[in-house]
Amino acid sequence: MAVPTLQSQRFRQEREADWAMLDTRLRRIERDGAAVLDDQQLLSIPVLYRAALSSLSVARATSLDHELIDYLESLCARAYFFVYGTRSTFFQRAGRFFVRDWPRAARALWRETALAGLLMALGALVAYALVRQDPDWFYAFIPSQIGDGRDPSATTEFLRSTLYEAKPQGLPFFATFLFTHNAQIALVAFALGFAFCIPSAFLMIYNGCMVGAMFALFVPHGLGFQLGGWLFIHGTTELFAAGLAGAAGMRIGWAVAFPGDKSRMDAVGEAGRDGATVMFGVVIMLFTAGLLEGLGRQMIRADGVRYFIALAMALAWAGYFYWPRRLANGRR
Amino acid sequence: MAAAEAGSAAGAGDKPGRVRRLVTPEGVDLRLVLGDAGERAAAFLLDAGIIVGCLVAATIVILIAALIFHGPTQELLGILWLLIFFGLRNAYFVAFELRAGAATPGKRALGLRVASRDGRPLTADAVFARNAMREIEVYLPLTFLVTKGRGVDAWIVLAGIVWCGVFALFPLFNRDRLRVGDLVAGTWVVRSPRRRLLPDLAGDAAAGGGRFAFTSAQIDAYGVKELQVLEDVIRRNSSAMIIEVAMRIRRKIGWAAGPSESDRDFLGAYYTALRGRLERRLLFGHRRRDKFDT
Repeated sequence: MAVPTLQSQRFRQEREADWAMLDTRLRRIERDGAAVLDDQQLLSIPVLYRAALSSLSVARATSLDHELIDYLESLCARAYFFVYGTRSTFFQRAGRFFVRDWPRAARALWRETALAGLLMALGALVAYALVRQDPDWFYAFIPSQIGDGRDPSATTEFLRSTLYEAKPQGLPFFATFLFTHNAQIALVAFALGFAFCIPSAFLMIYNGCMVGAMFALFVPHGLGFQLGGWLFIHGTTELFAAGLAGAAGMRIGWAVAFPGDKSRMDAVGEAGRDGATVMFGVVIMLFTAGLLEGLGRQMIRADGVRYFIALAMALAWAGYFYWPRRLANGRR
Repeated sequence: MAAAEAGSAAGAGDKPGRVRRLVTPEGVDLRLVLGDAGERAAAFLLDAGIIVGCLVAATIVILIAALIFHGPTQELLGILWLLIFFGLRNAYFVAFELRAGAATPGKRALGLRVASRDGRPLTADAVFARNAMREIEVYLPLTFLVTKGRGVDAWIVLAGIVWCGVFALFPLFNRDRLRVGDLVAGTWVVRSPRRRLLPDLAGDAAAGGGRFAFTSAQIDAYGVKELQVLEDVIRRNSSAMIIEVAMRIRRKIGWAAGPSESDRDFLGAYYTALRGRLERRLLFGHRRRDKFDT
């Protein structure tokens, strides 16, 4: 065994084993998660962390071994992130999300959600009026691949058939496609809000326009009521989700433009994290909507039942988000 | 106080402007180092490569399976493909960054991790927010590139390029190397390398103690800054540099090289002696910053 010349060498030799042990355990955690350690090893980490931290303080004050200080800094930082990180299990996290976080975040966005709803309604009204006046406007709102033959030149019979004829096969595939497609659009609507709300607001209006244009096409054929059932069986869920996505995006854009009392960075960060909670929920809503659209609508033909489901879903979501409730433990 | 000052001086030397304060509840500043733009880009490219690789592999496997099976299985395969695509695109980053290491494989390979800017735990919503923003940072420009602005005015193409550029190059235009996602989520990306402790350079008391007996004046020629440069030189171990540095030190302190004295041994012994002297002065409350400091 080498005989150390310097005090800082002795200091290092006495503690090196503890640091190495902390390093090994952190490596395992970082690779495989905290579950790989047994209780005793897990409990040792805060102790080893504090020892390393105190070594770092001493080393900074007494040692000139640069390598040692660098090593301890990175070791302590890694341990810090673990010791002071979140350590809830997946189920705890999911439970808190559904019981508390999601409704709270959605409720906090009620103004923006109402605005998004208004913008959609506005888009729908304008598009309806325009298409009724001049059917050529229809092509401006509905791309031909979505229209799929449903355009002002279509016959009543054809239009009716689109509402009630199920696709012969491929329903689950269709549902999955709708879900992934819509979720992607919703994420874009959220992310775009960063640019001062404008793209998100535009997307909301455009969304409404498509609905309005469809109605303007079907109503003259006496199929308005039937289209409502066809559209809203999933539409209440889907439009609600789209509205929330747009609202979350607009909240970010608003915070960028008008941060209020907080610093701009803080305001944007807060809006972004709350918005993300809502967006995770939006993906779940769109999954539900995809099921309703891909499966429910193809299997349920009666207008009354379609309307019933539409209404029930709308009430269920609204109740879930906005029904006043006491929050557990008084925590925010 | 002196330690903190000196610490930041030492850190600022090799990574200027990228050191950030993080004071733990125990009151120690951990001095985090931000990942620079190159590391970030490399990590992202690695991750993108993994995503594309997985997607291609999954597509090939599913296509082969679709050739073998017929009927309803094909539809299931189609669903599987859609979900894999959706999952890779949206969940890859989130799932990895939610784990204890808070890093995707790409970030891990480069020794980076995501951390919350205010030092509090990294939450799931922050991770989700920072990655949802990839939609406008990455996928929108990609879509734009693929469509090549077909059938669109040049002005609109130009506006699109500017728009994409703003987001893609955002990290280059702020001090903390934040991308839009980091900004929105209140996070940043810091270096968190897993490293082994390299051996101490200070030699044994027994080894060479007799051969290298420096006088007090000879040891007092340098300060902490020079000591750290010397440490760096010895660790890099490039023979040209060692010869050069040894020659300069010998000239400075007036040391006559013995007949069988190697430059490497000389530097090692001088490093030990200098560090011992400076550390002793440190204990008495005096940190000699460099050779001009008395």
